[in-house]
Amino acid sequence: MIHLSNIHKSYVTGANKLHVLKGIDLIIEQGELVSIMGSSGSGKSTLLNILGILDDYDNGLYKLHNTEMNNLSEKKAAYYRNNMIGFVFQSFNLISFKNAMENVALPLYYQGVNRKKRNKIALEYLDRMGIKDWAEHLPSEMSGGQKQRVAIARALITNPKVILADEPTGALDSQTSLEVMDLFREINKSGITMIIVTHEKDISERTDRVIRLRDGIIENGQYN
Amino acid sequence: MFDIDKWQEIYSTIKKNKLRTFLTGFSVAWGIFMLIILLGSGRGLENGIKKQFEQDATNSIWIYQGQTSMPFKGLKPGRRIQFTNEDYDITKRDNVKIENLSARLNVWRQRILSYKNEYGNYDIISVHPGTKALENIKVLEGRFLNDIDIKESRKVVAVSLVVKNALFKDEEALGNYLKINNIPFKVIGLFEDGSERDNQRVYIPVSSAQKIFTGGVEINNLAFTAGNASAEESIELENEIKNQFANRHKFDKEDQRAVFVNNNIEEYKKFLNLFAGIRMFVWIIGIGTIIAGIVGVSNIMLIVVKERTKEIGIRKAIGATPNSIIGLILLESVAITAFAGYIGLVLGVGLLELISPYVQSDFFRNPEADFRIAVSATLLLIISGTIAGFVPARKAASIKPVEALRDE
Repeated sequence: MIHLSNIHKSYVTGANKLHVLKGIDLIIEQGELVSIMGSSGSGKSTLLNILGILDDYDNGLYKLHNTEMNNLSEKKAAYYRNNMIGFVFQSFNLISFKNAMENVALPLYYQGVNRKKRNKIALEYLDRMGIKDWAEHLPSEMSGGQKQRVAIARALITNPKVILADEPTGALDSQTSLEVMDLFREINKSGITMIIVTHEKDISERTDRVIRLRDGIIENGQYN
Repeated sequence: MFDIDKWQEIYSTIKKNKLRTFLTGFSVAWGIFMLIILLGSGRGLENGIKKQFEQDATNSIWIYQGQTSMPFKGLKPGRRIQFTNEDYDITKRDNVKIENLSARLNVWRQRILSYKNEYGNYDIISVHPGTKALENIKVLEGRFLNDIDIKESRKVVAVSLVVKNALFKDEEALGNYLKINNIPFKVIGLFEDGSERDNQRVYIPVSSAQKIFTGGVEINNLAFTAGNASAEESIELENEIKNQFANRHKFDKEDQRAVFVNNNIEEYKKFLNLFAGIRMFVWIIGIGTIIAGIVGVSNIMLIVVKERTKEIGIRKAIGATPNSIIGLILLESVAITAFAGYIGLVLGVGLLELISPYVQSDFFRNPEADFRIAVSATLLLIISGTIAGFVPARKAASIKPVEALRDE
């Protein structure tokens, strides 16, 4: 499903060169529930961005679903992000002037699905998340847990192969965090690969496999 | 274009920054408003001048007698040139290109017209039939003078509506006799002229005037039309006829004061060129103003893109293509420009329509922005909006999603 070999990434700021990823080799199979852990600066967010084609890498090979993700045009990258990947962020990243339903429906807008149809689908997903009654509310009128559910619904609506979550519980209280993790496990059972970046032990313990990053290399990729 | 989501987004960003959008839009609206006012005023001036010309035939050339200012073959300067019937006959015989040739002899000494007990002082002008075309006269009833009137020196008169109303009141003028210095002339026609001054007159045959009032064969001036001659051709014709006069009346061809020529074609074309120049000038000023507006809109759009960096990043993360982002920014820019510009357009046209009745004068009438101008202005607005949005849109499209998401 995900195949990384010898991925290198550095950031150049002025005269300084920061080598963030120093040769990542990683295979994640379809349907896995994986967490990536590491201290800040270990390169875990960078790795997630590369996995999500939000960022490019300097060296190495990245295959997603048997397609090489290298030197993609913006248009191709947009296509893969839209069709294969769903994102869940720490700060939710909902669009403030759109209500919950419209936020969820947005990925389908970029697939050219008409308004009526995509709003109907969005409502189904909100129902699955248990927040159908909030469909007409703006993000500012919702709690953190509700917002994250909207974001998850948005990630799921295109039926992606993999969901990438970057500190999905970082802005939530522990009770809500557990609920969100239960939701993730449930989604994972339907066959979607889940990759969660976190630094909370509680969260990583609830995944099947923990990948520990340290100074840009994988220290440990054990199964729980 | 008619995608409700895009409009919803544009509406929401505009709503968030009402004052900013208003100020930006205002600069564009002002630009278009000024352009319309300037173009309309230019058109008003043009209409006024055109109207002035239309009082007479625009293709007429008038020749007046003068005084020599240069010695010629032993003749001293200061000689008065006098036109006679010979000038009319020879000019007619020798110039095939000219039409509607008419001599003119003003009857100055006898100016009293009367019908029954009504008296009035009006210009009595004796002419050939060509004057009908030269003066652009509209015959309301009966007919204008004709060649037989001239040949037989008939005592007939064509009166203007103004004269008829003053002397005949409600009575029928046609067929009745109008007394000119107590000599009865039969009224054969009733006319109207575009010029107020030219309505204060009656026309009689030049031959009759010479026999009855002035005696002799003298005339005051000659006029003719030159078909559809261009300005250059008319000047050529003018010079040719001037030379004929120089030969006949024995004055130097270079003498500028022996005869005076008033070439309407040349004047008319000059004015047309002048107005083309004014129009171009107005467009340049107007477009300059609009460019200032474009820069304003472009600036605002850059700020909008900056403020929406994160949002654009989110969109890209969930699959927005660069083209869809460009489209969004461009559409917003065009929408602001077109909407604001349209308000300026409507206000400009409205103001012109409103003040139009109050500013009518001889040299300024019917200021208007016609359909063509409105269409050009609209096109200009859409192009402006696209130009204004181009740089910001490209900037937005080049945003990397990861950078956008980092932006807090």
